[in-house]
Amino acid sequence: MTTETLIWLLPLPPLLAFFLIVLFTNKNKALSHSIAVGAALLSFAGSMVVFFRAVGAEHFGEHPFTSFVNWLPTGDTFLKIGVLIDPLSAVTLFFVAWTILMIFIYSVGYHNFGQPQGDHDHKGLPPHGATVADAHGHQHTVLSVEPMYSRFFAFIGLFAFGMYTLVISDNLLTLFVGWEVMGLCSYLLIGFWFAKPSARAAGIKAFMTTRVGDVFMLLGIAFLYSATGTLTFREIFTVETLHVLATTITPVFGLSAAGLIALLLFIGTIGKSAQWPLHIWLPDAMEGPTPVSAMIHAATMVSAGVYAVLRMFPLLTADFHGHNLTPTMSVVAFIGTFTAIFAATIALAQNDIKKVLAYSTISQLGFMIAALGMGAYIAAAFHLVTHAFFKALLFLGSGSVIHGMEHGVLHTGNHHIDPQDMLNMGGLRKKMPITFWTFLIGGFALSGFPLVTAGFWSKDEILADAFAHGHWTILATLSIAALMTAFYTMRQITLTFFGEPRTKEAEHAHETPWTMTLPLAFLSVFAVGFGWVGIPEHFPGIGGLLPNWFHHFVGGTLLEHPEAVEFSPIPLIISLVVALGGLALGWLVYKDFKAGQPDPLQKPFGPLYGFLQNKWYFDEFYAFFVIQPVIWISEVFTNAMDRGFIDGVLHSFGKVALWIGDLFRNKFDKPFINEFLGDGTAAIFQKAGHELRYTQTGRIQSYLIVSASFLIVLVAVLAYLFLA
Amino acid sequence: MDFISTHLLTTILFFPVLAALIILFIPGDQIKAIRWTALLSSLVPLGLSVWLWLSFSAGTAGFQFEEQYLWYEAIHSTFHVGVDGLSLTMVLLTTLLTPLAILASFNITDRVKPYMMLFLFLEMGMLGVFMALDLLIFFVFWEIGLVPMYFLINQWGSANRNYASLKFMIYTMGGSLGLLLAIQLLGVLFQTYDLQELTRLWNALPADAVILGLSVSTVKAVAFWAFVIAFAIKVPVWPFHTWLPDAHTEAPTAGSMLLAGVLLKLGAYGFLRLVLPLYPAQSAQFAGALAFLAVMAIIFGAFGSFGQTDFKRLVAYSSINHMGFVLLGIAAAAKAVGTLDATIALDGAVLQMFNHGLSAAGMFFLVGVIYERTHTRDLNKLGGLFPLVPVYGTILVFTSMASLGLPTLNGFVSEFMVVRGSFAILPVYTALAMIGLLMTGAYILKGIKQVLHGPLNEHWAHGEHKLTDINLREIIVMAPLMVLILVIGLWPMWILDVINKAMTMLF
Repeated sequence: MTTETLIWLLPLPPLLAFFLIVLFTNKNKALSHSIAVGAALLSFAGSMVVFFRAVGAEHFGEHPFTSFVNWLPTGDTFLKIGVLIDPLSAVTLFFVAWTILMIFIYSVGYHNFGQPQGDHDHKGLPPHGATVADAHGHQHTVLSVEPMYSRFFAFIGLFAFGMYTLVISDNLLTLFVGWEVMGLCSYLLIGFWFAKPSARAAGIKAFMTTRVGDVFMLLGIAFLYSATGTLTFREIFTVETLHVLATTITPVFGLSAAGLIALLLFIGTIGKSAQWPLHIWLPDAMEGPTPVSAMIHAATMVSAGVYAVLRMFPLLTADFHGHNLTPTMSVVAFIGTFTAIFAATIALAQNDIKKVLAYSTISQLGFMIAALGMGAYIAAAFHLVTHAFFKALLFLGSGSVIHGMEHGVLHTGNHHIDPQDMLNMGGLRKKMPITFWTFLIGGFALSGFPLVTAGFWSKDEILADAFAHGHWTILATLSIAALMTAFYTMRQITLTFFGEPRTKEAEHAHETPWTMTLPLAFLSVFAVGFGWVGIPEHFPGIGGLLPNWFHHFVGGTLLEHPEAVEFSPIPLIISLVVALGGLALGWLVYKDFKAGQPDPLQKPFGPLYGFLQNKWYFDEFYAFFVIQPVIWISEVFTNAMDRGFIDGVLHSFGKVALWIGDLFRNKFDKPFINEFLGDGTAAIFQKAGHELRYTQTGRIQSYLIVSASFLIVLVAVLAYLFLA
Repeated sequence: MDFISTHLLTTILFFPVLAALIILFIPGDQIKAIRWTALLSSLVPLGLSVWLWLSFSAGTAGFQFEEQYLWYEAIHSTFHVGVDGLSLTMVLLTTLLTPLAILASFNITDRVKPYMMLFLFLEMGMLGVFMALDLLIFFVFWEIGLVPMYFLINQWGSANRNYASLKFMIYTMGGSLGLLLAIQLLGVLFQTYDLQELTRLWNALPADAVILGLSVSTVKAVAFWAFVIAFAIKVPVWPFHTWLPDAHTEAPTAGSMLLAGVLLKLGAYGFLRLVLPLYPAQSAQFAGALAFLAVMAIIFGAFGSFGQTDFKRLVAYSSINHMGFVLLGIAAAAKAVGTLDATIALDGAVLQMFNHGLSAAGMFFLVGVIYERTHTRDLNKLGGLFPLVPVYGTILVFTSMASLGLPTLNGFVSEFMVVRGSFAILPVYTALAMIGLLMTGAYILKGIKQVLHGPLNEHWAHGEHKLTDINLREIIVMAPLMVLILVIGLWPMWILDVINKAMTMLF
């Protein structure tokens, strides 16, 4: 099979799995998950083949794998769609295939496959546990299988289809198709337990918030398409086309066409990658089935937003000459930098294990976006890949922790204990060793623990870029954000795994089955190892031992191979200080945390702590200034306008017609036509008849007298007429 | 067979009448026989339309399968029918939706005989409009279509049916008055009602000619608006839309399917068949006004839909929103006829007509399915039904997503093309339309949220009110719609090729 054919086929197995499960196998749990996992495995295998063929190809940047077909007839030409695997999409494909396969396997364990049906479980609600009797006749409550088990696998199949489609697209249209399909899946998966009002609301919130970005993106696509006549990346990113776009000035803020299109497309990314001010959906997305949907939303799908900006990078930088950032780039850099620090501050004050990770995701995506805004293409791509691995690891790890805690909750039967609240945990390292070690690896990678973890290398590269190009504000802000990252990560690890169990439930927590721990083990390998493919050549000591493969390979995507920044010890020192400092602080502050204590930060932070805990009150702000007005406009204004005003006018036409009709009837028809003309004529005749009746005497003499008189008169008249 | 192939259009057109006559002679208590006769005979025009589609040559300019007969010689009107890519698409939509609507009506038990006959007459009326190449014939069919629909709403509708049917009838007829006058003007002026002739003569009028003591441009502008208002009411365009929520809501389920699926398309078809070819200059001149109305329809249709608590009214308002995109595409094309952007906008508009026919008919049917079981359309009385009706729920989510314009389903393709085409011509209006597109998401999700999701309303879970899932007959009604929705979403080439070629040659 040619590589191109193989690429076309990559998204299909999960899509087929979706249809098969929905239409045929949804009653059979084992068959459904086998189909789904099998499909993911097929796509995974295909992706690996494509990836390694891409890595082995010579001058791959100039000669990527491409193939297209005509899709939409437009006038005399066609809109083409096709597939493209170039270096950027090859590495993306690599991490997407891995993480998706891991999610699929993990889901089997997470949804308690093989466990009994729950006692009171309902479709649309999370499983509540089942009672079983052991050999000695003792009653135990154990985890019960998810009531909509098959449906979940159908949904993640469709999700995988969307992600694969997005990655292999050679054009913005199919990229957008994959983008939106994932949007649907995220809606369906966040609202998976749809009977919970909070989950239902979170699903809608995610869909609508990202849709705000999407409509701007659609405009950007329409603009780009009408300006260039194509949506295929490799046709747009030619020197001539980019030059035209960069020199065309639009009436909007004086931006160039390239700048405006990039801005519109970037607003789509703000929605998808949960950047401020459209970040609000992602924390709520944690309503979905705990780890898996969280992971989809935090490790895979949100990466799509950053990937889209990476894809459109030539457009973003079309009128950038290496000195001052263009207006669009400044916006991108600002949004990314602000989001990085903003989300990090919120993460400091969250107690829900998944919410911390959700905000940390927003913050890390902010790092990538900031890097793109500065023009640091490779650094952003590198952080995208490493982050996907270690964040996937962390989310799956947190799911494992929650699963273990749920075990404890079922054991004690105390359902008031929130199994996601880190304050209820503690000491889990002994209960769940595999989860602990892998989570530790992921957490250290997120913090940027020096040299061994992947996160260190990629984050360091972003800081180095900011330093090399003199973006001091960005450098300072991102450094503080990185310090906070290390701090809240260590807080999380300490609260969850160290010390003594703070509740009975934590005491009875239990390690999760192999289907869940195996993916953790795989992902930890990448959370460490993937950093080594991108070590700068001039790094002291170990630079040059391994070639900076990532830079050479991914750099080939661009027309101009980007220069590696010069090595300087200052950003390296910053990286070391913030990572180690943050970790140490987190450990020192939280190592002696006891059950029932307030958070140690609460006192020194004062009212600020509540502000952070309440996420800067953004939800409240939007509810008041956006959602309420929309409801108001819809309900009051449209109904008043349609039913009140427009129908009022129509009814008044009706009334006028009735009035005219009434007028004719009562003022003309009735008195004049009916009474005067109609009845009147009749009355006259009647009256006349009545009067004349007296002439009808029946006597022949009377008739003769009358006849004779007429005859005389007639003769007289005739005589007069003719004789005169 | 030979007769049919030479008289293909008239056979398609009048076969429903023949079927209605046959039904007339079936005793009224033979409900089953009447239903099946109606269904099977409505499949004949569908089969013939598919044959028509297959034997149609998309690359040929002008009309095909033309038939012309003497009709009203004294005023030079002939019975002239024919199809091009535009009308062919609409004919296919009509003959496809009619059998589905009839099958959807199998639950009707009240006066089945007149009901089915009215549906067949309705089909004839709608097909006639799409096929007519003579303005008078066009008008005759235009008006004929009203009558069966009036009776369907008035006799088989729900509580407020008298008001709704009267409003529908009077409003549409009121709009047609100007149309009739304008048609008469053309007929008197050129001594013909033949559309192609008229288009040629009317556009060839010298600019300094005087008609009825007025300059050509004034007369044309007045006649233009007479046409536009008639069609705008039918589409319906904001602010002429208020008959629609009432009529749709009160009509029986199958009536709503055809009303939304086909009848609204008559208006849009009028714009494409008559307004743009007859009034290119006026269309270009007033394109901004049309675009404004279109955007208002898109935005307020969406807001209006979001504001409803009645499921059927919610879907009804969504039609205003979706048909707004059709008019937006038409307005953009009117402004820049002949450009590639205009062609794309028109392709999108025509495809949107077809797509909306599929998804709106489906949505109305699904509302009907739930209404038949619960006897309520109040969204606040439903809720959490998904576990009770999993198959129905899946179909509803699917169809809703088509209506929302989710990529890989049909609505996205057409909306994308409209947005692409009109952005290049009317960027500001197109940008404003995005507000409506955003709100489309809001009202679709509101519908799903209130019906399927959330805590289960226990009322429907037990006893006599226990909700039953969608049955096989109802699935069969939805299946062709869903297949087409998916096929057009993934591979629109087969239908867009015909539309695109027609639009390239027409404009």
